[in-house]
Amino acid sequence: MVKYLQTRLDASFAALADATRRGVLEQLGRSDATITDLAEKFHMTLAGMMKHVGVLEEAELVATEKVGRVRTCKLGAHRLEEETAWLESHRQLWDSRFEELDKVVEQLKRKEKIHGRKNRE
Amino acid sequence: MDARTESEPTPAKNRATVERKSERELVVTRTINGPARLVFEAWTKPELFKQWWVPKSFPMSLLSCEMDVRVGGKYHLVFGQGGAKAFEVYGKYIEVTPHSRLVWTNEEGDEGGAVTTATFEEKAGKTLLVLHDLYPSKEALDGAIASGATGGLPEQLEELDAFIAAQRAS
Repeated sequence: MVKYLQTRLDASFAALADATRRGVLEQLGRSDATITDLAEKFHMTLAGMMKHVGVLEEAELVATEKVGRVRTCKLGAHRLEEETAWLESHRQLWDSRFEELDKVVEQLKRKEKIHGRKNRE
Repeated sequence: MDARTESEPTPAKNRATVERKSERELVVTRTINGPARLVFEAWTKPELFKQWWVPKSFPMSLLSCEMDVRVGGKYHLVFGQGGAKAFEVYGKYIEVTPHSRLVWTNEEGDEGGAVTTATFEEKAGKTLLVLHDLYPSKEALDGAIASGATGGLPEQLEELDAFIAAQRAS
């Protein structure tokens, strides 16, 4: 997990190291925008802007959606927080499940003690 | 029966751990106080499996549970809520090594679900259980997380989350 988080954080920092990309995030914080909008606003070629958006997308800071021929960009979900909460609820499910499994195994142990161990296979 | 009155020694707080090991992998671990052969038995005999897979405190039950635990054999679990069928999960076993290793597919997803590897490692009468889910893609695991699907209990379980949260708070 630590290593995985590190990789993600590295991707975020790399994405944020560029002034244009920080500007794009700021812009998207105000409203969603198409790649064309962003390219114009930052005086860049379409291809150049696509590259920046690609890096932001990789770091999950930005999400894009293509409708017809237009690609719209918006801020990415705060994936890490969501994920942490999910992992915790997943863990709680397994905790409860394993508590029941403990009981089943306890029963089996008791049964074996009473009947003596039979040879299996 | 045993006449002794003292209770079983209380084990140290035994918590499951859950880790996302990589973009496509999720790992759950827990030590069970019993030999691997019994833990394996509890995992592979439907009448035993039914007793623990859906914890009693949960607002749902296992309506049916078919397991043909051999390589290529299928499993099919049907869950109910209030007596009605709520959802089902199914797949097949692709590796069965008694008392040590079990690998199965989870086929309920649209685009192929995770492959789960369970290993049972015995040490001094206890069993370290490791459950490893390998998803077909990063998107598949992200999707499972986003949908709230958890531990083989897919979707619609926000209700369940709320239920657990309420239980823990009380």
